[in-house]
Amino acid sequence: MKASIVLKTLLITLPILFLGACSTTADSDASKKAESTQKKSENNVETGKLGSSKLSKEEKVKKYGDAILNSTVWFNFDDATIAPKYIKSLKAHAKELVDNPKMKITVQGYTDEQGTPEYNVALSERRAKAVSKYLRSNGVGSNQIKLVSYGEEKPLNKGHTKAAHAQNRRAKIVKRI
Amino acid sequence: MRLRIFISLFLLLFTTTASARLQILITQGVNSARPIAIVPFEWLGKGPKPVNISNIVVADLRSSGLFSPMPFDKIPSTTSTIKDIDFKKWHKLGIEEILMGEIKPTKDAGQYIITYELIDVVRGNMAQEMYDPLLLKRRGTASTEQIRRFSHRISNVVYQQLTGDRGAFLTHLAYIMDIDNDPFPYQLRISDYDGFDEKLILRSIAPIMSPAWSPDGKYLAYVSFENHKSEIYIQNVYTQKRELVSSYPRINGAPAWSPDGKKLAIVLSKDGQPEIYILNIATKALTRITRNLVIDTEPSWAPDGKSLIFTSTRGGKPQIYQVDLTTHITKRLTWEGDSNLSGSISADGKNLVMVTANKNKYMIAVQDLISGEMRTLTKSKLDKSPSISPNGSMIIYSTNYKKHQVLALVSTDGRFKAKLPTQEGEVKAVAWSPFLKI
Repeated sequence: MKASIVLKTLLITLPILFLGACSTTADSDASKKAESTQKKSENNVETGKLGSSKLSKEEKVKKYGDAILNSTVWFNFDDATIAPKYIKSLKAHAKELVDNPKMKITVQGYTDEQGTPEYNVALSERRAKAVSKYLRSNGVGSNQIKLVSYGEEKPLNKGHTKAAHAQNRRAKIVKRI
Repeated sequence: MRLRIFISLFLLLFTTTASARLQILITQGVNSARPIAIVPFEWLGKGPKPVNISNIVVADLRSSGLFSPMPFDKIPSTTSTIKDIDFKKWHKLGIEEILMGEIKPTKDAGQYIITYELIDVVRGNMAQEMYDPLLLKRRGTASTEQIRRFSHRISNVVYQQLTGDRGAFLTHLAYIMDIDNDPFPYQLRISDYDGFDEKLILRSIAPIMSPAWSPDGKYLAYVSFENHKSEIYIQNVYTQKRELVSSYPRINGAPAWSPDGKKLAIVLSKDGQPEIYILNIATKALTRITRNLVIDTEPSWAPDGKSLIFTSTRGGKPQIYQVDLTTHITKRLTWEGDSNLSGSISADGKNLVMVTANKNKYMIAVQDLISGEMRTLTKSKLDKSPSISPNGSMIIYSTNYKKHQVLALVSTDGRFKAKLPTQEGEVKAVAWSPFLKI
């Protein structure tokens, strides 16, 4: 677990000319990041103790219905309209967020590989915004929602078929700790 | 402590794996390319040749699409001076020019003197004193490490002498690689234009996008998601020093350097929709350029720095527009195809290069900015990120080939095509550097 946190926060730039001279910089950058991660994870434990929003999966389903288990909305090509079949899930998430005003989420927007990377970032934001707008119209505070638009990056399915494309055109609700 | 071990391990790995990964593979040659003979340079030292200069020059000239270098095994006799040339024989073989030269070791180990001559066969064949067949003769010194670069410089000299245009053989590419099973799957790398001498610039656990070269070729601007959101960084490719220049809420994307290197055109959605802004790099002051309820993105500077072109959905589907930075008058540039994206203007201001979409097929196209005539250059389905060589003769872009994203080259006239396959991962978001002053 710890190793994965270390990995996740590790990011180093590598020298182009002087490997030796630069390795120190990379070292210090990475250790700074590691420290801040540790502080963060201590905080996480404290918020855990408050326990206000920590329901088990079963308790959640009991309170908000099965629909809460789906946190992804899929879209048509070059489109950001939420299909009616996702309304139940979004309503369940909205209710949970209204019940827990301290709970925060990120809505991540994604596209398929068709189009250009920069245009797709903009398109994926429209998808994330559509989800965010729906949640806010159901009483969720705008301070609870953050948007991140990945465009065609991080596809769920790395294939190049129509089915793969459909799988990748999505917006996802992710809890922020 | 554990961290430190990790890092030194990766550094070690890096030093051993930095080698040529991209290789130019010509898929469509040009029949009318100019026949030229590059005679293998004579090595006047002992032991093996330091670097095969002739091979590099042949590859350079061939990959320009304008030359058809004679295969080495067809070259009649290896002569290294102009006096020994049998012009009649060369003329019969259809060769128009001959490049020949020699590599001489100096007293200092690893230092060489390289001399070369470019000879006009047609003039030589006339055998008249007023037509000197010697087009040029040059001499220079290079160390073992510099000799590959020196070879590209020879290609530049030959190219310029014979075409009148500057050669772009001394340039870099920047691109993003996705390598699934790597602990840092997202990598920003640069290489020589021909894929050699690849260097890692940044690797990350989160996506990296949209690398863009500064006009002096020393910096890259790029988008990184390392902090779980998009942010724009500038990094010196020689010192690895990096600076975070834009981290507003929501989208920070699509950086493009102004021709004077002082500003970046960027996309921010902090005020609601993705809009084009100009960021002053020194002061970080922002100037908003677009203002509406649609997507505006992919800014790119006109070569004179007086206007920006960008992609907008203001007319429904994405099309390319141009905004004058003084008058703020905006005009639409593209009218053909379902949509057009990712536009940039060649350094001479003559061509608009873009991605054109027709029935969900995304291809590279070029539009003559004077006549308005548009030509589609490629036939694939998922071409993107076109980047024009600094001399305007070639376009590099990313495409899907055998289920992988690879880089590909097409000449601006569409006649010459090549792919740059790699041994691993996906390669994309390519950016061609300006001319390097080294």
